[in-house]
Amino acid sequence: MIKFIFYLFALILIFAASRVITVKNPVHAALFLVLAFFSSAAIWLLLQAEFLAIALILVYVGAVMVLFLFVVMMLDINFTQLREGFVRHLPIAGIVGALILLEMVLVVGTWHQVPMPEIAADALPNIEALGQVLYTEYVYPFEIAAVILLVAMIAAIALTLRPRRQTKTQKPEQQVNVRRSERVRLVKMPAESKE
Amino acid sequence: MPGLHEFLVLGAVLFCISIAGIFLNRKNLIILLMCIELMLLSVNLNFIAFSYFNADIAGQIFVFFILTVAAAESAIGLAILVVLFRNKNTINVDDLETMKG
Repeated sequence: MIKFIFYLFALILIFAASRVITVKNPVHAALFLVLAFFSSAAIWLLLQAEFLAIALILVYVGAVMVLFLFVVMMLDINFTQLREGFVRHLPIAGIVGALILLEMVLVVGTWHQVPMPEIAADALPNIEALGQVLYTEYVYPFEIAAVILLVAMIAAIALTLRPRRQTKTQKPEQQVNVRRSERVRLVKMPAESKE
Repeated sequence: MPGLHEFLVLGAVLFCISIAGIFLNRKNLIILLMCIELMLLSVNLNFIAFSYFNADIAGQIFVFFILTVAAAESAIGLAILVVLFRNKNTINVDDLETMKG
């Protein structure tokens, strides 16, 4: 039964992945990528990695793929022009892909089954086990990951931010630096008489 | 339960599909980024399979960090893409020849 579920989701995953690279419309490609993420999350659930499966869906489908869709729809791109050369590159892509696949299958396909470890009855649930090592043994990598996310956030904003030209804003640094001589001009005039 | 080699072969198939995708869509930067995401997904699948079959949680920790870095990478990549499109009005890789590389 588990084997059947595995093969079902593996087939969906491979189908979705091959549609991602062949479909014409990038919006469809992004949606097929979402399908690929969903089915691989199901496979991760089979491997008892519950936290990562949920995190994959929340982080990827919820954030990254929405970002992809947003960018694809926001930019007005001529996609037909980008498609040219697709058929020309098809043979070499197929040959290279098939060769690498053949080599990898020859290497990993003969991987002998390591004896399945016995899962203790009082073993911790996946999320608890992850949390127990994540905040003790791997706490520095965890903090570095947080810093990486912060840097990515700042970089993305700094790259795409552009000041609006039509809005009028104050420039405090210039206001502070101003001298009296730049603003006030004393003019000497003769006193005017009444008539 | 499927054996370890079945998960590894699935990861290999996914990896090769994304390599072929990079060859096929070498002009479209958005699809290239998607292919990179697929590649990282296949690597993550390998990590989780080994983590399960060796009963070692360290593999899952590593996948956690890969997910973090991949999210950061795609955010910055898409930001660069947006800036590129704003400045040159194209995302065709062939038009990006300023550096004559």
